[in-house]
Amino acid sequence: MRFAWLTACAVLIFGVLPPAAAERAAPASDPLGSPRWGDMQREFFRDARVVFDDRVKVSAPVTAEDALNVPVAVDATALSGVEEVLVFADFNPIVKALSFVPGRARASLGFRLKLQQSTPVRAAARTADGLWHVGGTWVNTTGGGCTLPSTGASSPEWDLRLNEVTARRWPRVDGGTRLRLQVTHPMDTGLAAGIPVFHIDELRITADDGSMLMTIHPAEPVAENPLFTIDIPPGVIGEAALKVAGRDNNGNPIRAEVAP
Amino acid sequence: MNPPSLCPIGVGWPARALLALLISLLSIPFSPAASAAEFDYRLAPRRIADGVYVLIGRTEDFSLANGGNIVNTGFVVGTQGVVAIDTGSSRRYGEQMRAAIARITPLPVVLVINTHHHPDHFLGNQAFAADTLAALPETIRAIEAEGPGFLDNMYRLNGDWMRATEVVVPRRALAAGRINAGGRELELIALGGHTVADLVVLDHASGTLFTADLVFNGRAPTTPHADITQWLQALDRLEQISFRQLVPGHGEVAADTAPIADTRRYLRWLAQTIRDGAEQGLDMTEMLALPVPATHAELAEVASEYRRSITHLYPAAERAALGVPR
Repeated sequence: MRFAWLTACAVLIFGVLPPAAAERAAPASDPLGSPRWGDMQREFFRDARVVFDDRVKVSAPVTAEDALNVPVAVDATALSGVEEVLVFADFNPIVKALSFVPGRARASLGFRLKLQQSTPVRAAARTADGLWHVGGTWVNTTGGGCTLPSTGASSPEWDLRLNEVTARRWPRVDGGTRLRLQVTHPMDTGLAAGIPVFHIDELRITADDGSMLMTIHPAEPVAENPLFTIDIPPGVIGEAALKVAGRDNNGNPIRAEVAP
Repeated sequence: MNPPSLCPIGVGWPARALLALLISLLSIPFSPAASAAEFDYRLAPRRIADGVYVLIGRTEDFSLANGGNIVNTGFVVGTQGVVAIDTGSSRRYGEQMRAAIARITPLPVVLVINTHHHPDHFLGNQAFAADTLAALPETIRAIEAEGPGFLDNMYRLNGDWMRATEVVVPRRALAAGRINAGGRELELIALGGHTVADLVVLDHASGTLFTADLVFNGRAPTTPHADITQWLQALDRLEQISFRQLVPGHGEVAADTAPIADTRRYLRWLAQTIRDGAEQGLDMTEMLALPVPATHAELAEVASEYRRSITHLYPAAERAALGVPR
């Protein structure tokens, strides 16, 4: 709505309607009614096509009991050919929460976020044609999650366990595999006084043949000691161990193997 | 160049003004001033035995409508003084409780027990003399540590009912055992599991057992600081105590152990559900989506308390299921 006016203004001021602007004006109004949607669109999808799409499901509690650990699950498996998924929260001080490349895993991911106040939590899935499909839900919270120090920051032994991985695989009824994976890391946002930003920024999960199952890029709002739920379709991996590799923004490596 | 003068970019402003108007319209029905101008909890002490009175709160969650009166408090009148058990959720509650006591007896309040560190049980402390406020040492420390955070949250939930409420930390440390207060023989039983420390009070003369929040009657138990294993042990202990009537922390007074058994049944189901979910590799969002079985459906607030409990308790179960580092 607001964008349509801006476009109209552009016509008045410049006398032409740039073709890119015409495309960007296309999406319908935000189903979540967030006044920040226009900003989100400019920040993440400036030169790309975007549609609101119910097939991208974001599950999260309507009211978050713990602003430091808000459970979120993204499921874009109803779309085919998802190449990348971006998760963001309009009203978080750090908007971008994470992105992931599904690879040979399903285009779904469970994780937890820190939220500073009530906000839409959205997932945008990019399909092979370059189109972003956006789904989301509102989460109400009393907040404060992003400006509180992590418990790790005040714990004397956090560095002894930094980047330690605990993980387990479960066979699924469909013949696929579920992987749950937790990494010990404070995931400091840099917004708590005197505690610099410190977070995992890459996590790659590969099969034993080296093929990529999923690459996750967590950003600051991902909760401390991040725990991810990943589903792998039947026939993709065998009985061999999966490999987990990654690093945080200080360059500390993450390395683990997950046997069945 | 000033864009707004050239074209009506100002559409943002009318939209915002409209939003502001909508918000102000929406907020009118919820305004405490409109719904409860006098902020009167209408506390009516019920006499359940000679010299034993209870103030039964609603089996709801905190809201602007109930002002936080969702908790049971009580008092015992002795020959020389009164012992109050918990002080409610706000300064106003404490003051109105004190006034209710004064309507029944001219005797002074000599001891005020905070059974545990949850805000609906101690935020009325301001209304009572500081040297009468008492709790278990762990409760005192927990009120000190978490009281300010609770207070912020209670203002958000209960609005202006909370006005001028501040955290007053009890300074008298209690210990388990028999005491005489105000001329009344009380047995203090130090347990835990609902929180780090939960103090149960047995009035010997009347056989009244004040169980604090170790027992909920007809309302789903809350678990933000719960250790369920310890809580279940505490319930076993409570069941061994002979009493004539039981005053739960939330819900109606009972004459038998049924509320103890109900609380145990719910907690066991909750712990089992959480263990099973973690062992099956369920994501927390999948746990939140599980329906509460019909066997617990009659408990007030059960759907929302189940979800809150998952947030509190599932992470530890997940860690246990994930095992040792790889």
